[in-house]
Formats: sequence, structure tokens, C-alpha cells
Amino acid sequence: MYKEVLRSIHNIEVWPLISVIIFFIFFLALLWWALTAKQAFIKRMSHLPLEDGTPTITDATNQLEV
Amino acid sequence: MNLEKIYYDNKIVKAFIIATVVFGIVGMTVGLLAAIQLFYPLFNFDLPYTTFGRIRPLHTNAVIFAFVGNAMFAGVYYSMQRLLKTRMYSDRLSWIHFWGWQLIILAAAITLPLGITTSKEYAELEWPIDIAIALVWVVFGWNMIATILIRRERHMYVAIWFYIATFITVAVLHIVNSFEMPVSLFKSYSWYAGVQDALVQWWYGHNAVAFFLTTPYLGMMYYFLPKAANRPVYSYRLSIIHFWSLIFIYIWAGPHHLLYTSLPDWAQSLGVVFSVMLIAPSWGGMLNGLFTLRGAWDRVREDPVLKFMVVAVTAYGMATLEGPLLSLKNVNAIAHFTDWIVAHVHVGGLGWNGFLIFGILYWLVPRMWATKLYSVSLANAHFWLGTLGIVFYAIPMYTAGVVQSLMWQEFNPEGFLTYQNFLETTTKIMPLYILRAIGGGLYLIGVFVMAYNLLKTALAGNFIANEKAEVAPLAPATTGGSWHHVLEGKPVLFSVLSLVAILIGGAIELVPTFLIKSNVPTIASVKPYTPLELHGRDLYIREGCVSCHTQMVRPFRSEVLRYDPQHGEYSKSGEYVYDHPFLWGSKRTGPDLQRVGQKYADSWHFRHMLTPAEVSNGSTMPAYPWLFEQQIDKNSTGPKIAALRKVGVPYPPGYEEQANADLDRQAKKIADGLRTEGYEIMPTAEIVALIAYLQRLGVDIKAEKVAANNGKP
Repeated sequence: MYKEVLRSIHNIEVWPLISVIIFFIFFLALLWWALTAKQAFIKRMSHLPLEDGTPTITDATNQLEV
Repeated sequence: MNLEKIYYDNKIVKAFIIATVVFGIVGMTVGLLAAIQLFYPLFNFDLPYTTFGRIRPLHTNAVIFAFVGNAMFAGVYYSMQRLLKTRMYSDRLSWIHFWGWQLIILAAAITLPLGITTSKEYAELEWPIDIAIALVWVVFGWNMIATILIRRERHMYVAIWFYIATFITVAVLHIVNSFEMPVSLFKSYSWYAGVQDALVQWWYGHNAVAFFLTTPYLGMMYYFLPKAANRPVYSYRLSIIHFWSLIFIYIWAGPHHLLYTSLPDWAQSLGVVFSVMLIAPSWGGMLNGLFTLRGAWDRVREDPVLKFMVVAVTAYGMATLEGPLLSLKNVNAIAHFTDWIVAHVHVGGLGWNGFLIFGILYWLVPRMWATKLYSVSLANAHFWLGTLGIVFYAIPMYTAGVVQSLMWQEFNPEGFLTYQNFLETTTKIMPLYILRAIGGGLYLIGVFVMAYNLLKTALAGNFIANEKAEVAPLAPATTGGSWHHVLEGKPVLFSVLSLVAILIGGAIELVPTFLIKSNVPTIASVKPYTPLELHGRDLYIREGCVSCHTQMVRPFRSEVLRYDPQHGEYSKSGEYVYDHPFLWGSKRTGPDLQRVGQKYADSWHFRHMLTPAEVSNGSTMPAYPWLFEQQIDKNSTGPKIAALRKVGVPYPPGYEEQANADLDRQAKKIADGLRTEGYEIMPTAEIVALIAYLQRLGVDIKAEKVAANNGKP
């Protein structure tokens, strides 16, 4: 069944090839970026939720001290 | 540095929180009703509006779009303002979004019980509401992107990426899956037919789970979990890899909902491979969430917020391991069409979405009302009610799924099916259905406890409608840096790249099936439905029969022997070429109906639809007395034929003129036949059309077999 399907699309053999290549490049780029990103930048980004310009007060039960 | 004073808009968040709690209660109560109907059919109330087939889509739509949807918007509006250090771009757009969304929910709550439905799962709403959804969604996205453009924080935190991906992908999914040809204001036919309709629907259905129930909630996890734990996320690098690989891979996996169906093999295999690959990003994300609590686990014991979040993230991990396993064909052969799938989605829905929402609400409400939570012990009680509820829900459903599936496939030593009567396999699992309802009930009680607790908290505090913050103005863009560093400063480009990432998978999955005729081998004997059968099919859709009955005999010996012992035909894709929409179904509470045509006499269907339990002893199917009183809407015959011709069904030109004459002829024949057996019925009663449709199912392919055997059956 699937051979029949694949045969009837013009140049179907490039489809899986293209997807593999897209994937490979995509993940290499992603990995390369993630591993080479500057530590200072990563640290700053990960602290963003905690610094929104409003006071953050939390005790052990996660309740505001009022 | 000069700090600017700005005010975050809490009022819109409050509105979405109230809607979340209200619709959570409504949606889960309707779910509990549906659960009870399955073992106690009396609760269908013999009314059209309250039968299971119409209640089930009401439940799924209410919990997905009203409960989880409103909570998503609450979380997004709260976190986005603070992550971007700006108020939302436009309060007016925020409120148009809020009221627009609630009106859509209201429209769904009215139309679904009325039987106005497309029957496509999680996309049941008819075309005018579909258009409204698209417009309101655009308002949401417009407000979001515009807010990003006026931000005071150069770089977008990972949560924002998840929100952008949610907006873009849901828009694409909704539009593509909602292509339909209107017949009237409340009726349309899917643009696609059969296999193609199924593929588009499950590309949509799967990714609705991915981009409505998962990505926005991952974004919220990346914001609220660090907030609640008061420490940054475990690994920001991992979150980048999590995001891009998740949105890239998710979109390809839709066909795993159609394993062993008539979908071409290559598409099924594609779905399997990508589903297995999905484990990696999903677990990366889960571990990133759990590791965020490293060194803070002592607080998890004390803090109900963290308790809920930990169980939520764990449930996410379980559901995303189970999903890929269910995508393996050998596992799927057992689990598909059974309650196993119901258990799976509820671990995700009750555990992941529900518990994350509860955790966030317990964190948000005291802060927005500047007070302490009214009662920590009530929150802890809710936690245990909810956790036990999930356990009591999931375990019986897993058991029911496996038990029923094995019963379907069991052969005796003589080579016959051990349980020839399908009903035996359903009555066997009834006790488990009762346990499930108890689990669901516990969970719902927990939600009531939460509603009380949150209300008392709010009443004790003072609501901060506009929360003051002091923030630095936007820093000038730095030159250089890595590409992602630059990308995070360019939201529009970022959005376009996200769109490209999801379109690649979508295109490779969908395009070949659409371009190639040979993907759906035609069967010469398969003909369009007659006008009467067409009306019957629309009644089948209106009553939601597809909620419990599939039309897809899988190529297993056990299924072929059960459903078509005479001819031995499993379902072929060519049988569905005129099915707008497809009605394959996803759950068998009752037997498959693809080969039911001519299996029973008309009078059997007549009695069965009126009093199912008397015809099949122990049946839990609802009765449909109104079908015997209501009349077929013959005025709609012409427009229906015309609409179907436009989407490719080869009715001859001008056929709408004579269609009602054909309808009357066929209806009279059925009514006359029933009269000879002592059943008096008007030929124009709806039941006649439904009988005509049921008697047609699977008949065409049998006719071909007869022709091939020179007229012998």
C-alpha cells in the first residue's frame, strides 16, 4: 500500500530525506546554542519570574505575611 | 537608574479565575452525570437534551474550553504582565476576549444539548460558533503580541514562548479542522470525507491536547512553580531544548489515534515514531519542573500549593510516558476503543491540568486579595480528596479497559469467540464504572471545598485591582550575542519561526494523503447515501451515537469474526469516501456498527431504539422515544444534497428536486414493512430515517462480495 502511495508522488523519496535533514540541523543548532549560551545570561533569564517589581514575601507555607 | 511606576491589571485575572471555578464545577458535574448514566440509564431522563450522547460532548467541551481554557487565560494574563514588566496592551481587548469567550461557552452550553453538533471530537461546535472562536482567539493573540511589543524586558522568558506557540498553533488547528460546508445556520458538513476527515480531525484532536492542554500549562509551570518555590527553574538551558523539541515533534504524532484503522500504513508509522520521540522533551520538561524543587522538598510537606504542583507535574510525566506507549501498535491493539484511553486522558486532565490549576489558584488568590489563605487545612483536605479521586477514577478505568479488550479478543478452543454477545463485555465492567463515578465524585467534592476556601479568602482580603510595580525602562538592545539571544528580543520573528516549526510536521503528515488519489482506493459498489439514509445519518450525529459506537472494524481476526462473520471484511478506506464527516468514533461502550446493516430486522431496531433494555437484556443504552414522535425535516433535504455535492459527493445535477420523492418511497417501504410486523409508525417519523441509515451501514461492500461470487453470498 505505502509503496504505491509513495511511487505516485513525484520525487517522494526526498520527503523523508528532507525531514531527517531538517531535524538534524534543527537539533544540532538547538543543542549548540543551549550548551554555549553565556552563564550570566542564563542566570538572568531564569530569575525573571522572581523579579517583577513587586515585593516577594514567602514563608514556609507559601502564604503572604500580612 | 530611573524606575517607572506601572500597574498590573489584576481585574481581568480575577474575572478569568471566577469563570474557571464556576465552569470547573459545571463541567465536572456534567461529567459525573455522564459517568452515572453509563451504569444507571435512568439518569438519561428519557429526554433528548440529557442523554449521554449529548451530555458527553457538553462535559468535554466544558472542562477543556471553559475550565482549563479560562484558567489558562488567568495564568497567561497574570504571568505575562509581570514577565514583560508591562500592563496588558489594551484593557478593552482583554475584556472583549473575556466576554467573547464566555459567550462562546454559553453558545456551546445551549447548542450541544440541542443536538447541534458536527460530531468531531473537541470540535463539535457548529460553524457560526467556530467563526466566533476564531475571532475571539485573534483578539487574545493580538493583545498578547502587542503586549510583547511594548515590553520593558528585552528578552522573553520561556513561558512567553509557550504562550506564543499556543496562540499560533491553536489558530492553525482550529481553522484547518473547521473547514465545513454550511447547510443552514446550525448544520454543516465537514469539507473532508472519510480517511482524510479522520486524519485532519486527529491531527487537530491530538494537537489540541498538545497546544491547549499542554503548552500553555508548561508555560505556567515555568512561571508559577519557581514563584511558589521561590527559586529559579532548575535548568533554563533544558527549558529551551524542551520548548523547541516539544513543539517541533508534537505536531507529527496525530495519526497514533488511528492505528489499525483504514488510514494508510505510512501515516500510521509516522505517528508512532514521533510519538515515541515525544518522551524525550516531555520528560525533560517534567524533570526540569521537579528538580526546581531541589533543596525545597521540606516545603512540599507544608505547602498545599507545592503539593498540588508536584502531583500535577508527576501526572504530566505519567501521561506523557503512557501516551507514547499507547502509540505502539501492539499496545494500541489492546487499549484503543476501551476505557484505558478514558483513564489516560483523565490522568492528564484531572492530574496535570486540574492540579496545576488548583495549585496556581491557591497561590494567586491570597496574593491578589492581599491576605492569607483562609484555611490551609481545607486546602490539604482538597489535596487528598483530589488525589484519591484520581486514583479511584484511574484504576477502575485501566482495569475496565484491559478486561473488556481481552474479552473482545478471547477465543474458545473451538475457535469461536468466547463472548459472542458484545453486551456481556460491557455488563462485566459495570462495577468498575460505579467505582469511577465515586472517584469523580470525590474529585468534584474537592473542587467545592476549594471554591469555599477561595471565596472565604477573597472575602477576608482587599482585592488589588491594579497592582503597583516599580520597573526599569526597556534596556537598549545589545549587539552581538548568540542567535537565540537575538531571537528572544524579536517576538515577531520568533512567532514566525514557531509557526514554521509546527507547519513542517503538519504539512508532511497531511499533504500526501490529500494530493494522492491512490491513498483512498475506490470501491465501485460504494454509493452515496439516499436522502432518507442521509437524514438518518444526521440523526445519528445529532444524538451523539458516535460517543459509544465505532464504525471501524480493525483488521483483527477477533473483530472480523465478531462484526462480519459471513463476509470477513474489515473496514476499508474506500467505504468512507462519502462520509462527511467520518464517524469512526474513538470508544466502544456498545458494539461497532460498521457492518450492522441488514444484520437485524427493521422491527428489531424499532423496538431497540424505544426500549433497549427489553430487547437486549442488561443494556445500558438510553431510550430514544422522541425519535418516534418527531418528524423528518424534509425542507432541509434539498440544501443537504446541494451542500454535499459541493464537497464532492456525486449526486446528479438537479437531484435535490426529486430527493424528497425518493425519500418518501423508501420511508413508506420501511413503514409498510414495520406495519406487517405489527408496528404502526408514520413514514415521516425520525426513527424511519435512522433505521434506513443503520440498515445501509456496510451493505455496499457486502454487495461487491456478492457480485464477485456471481450472485452467491
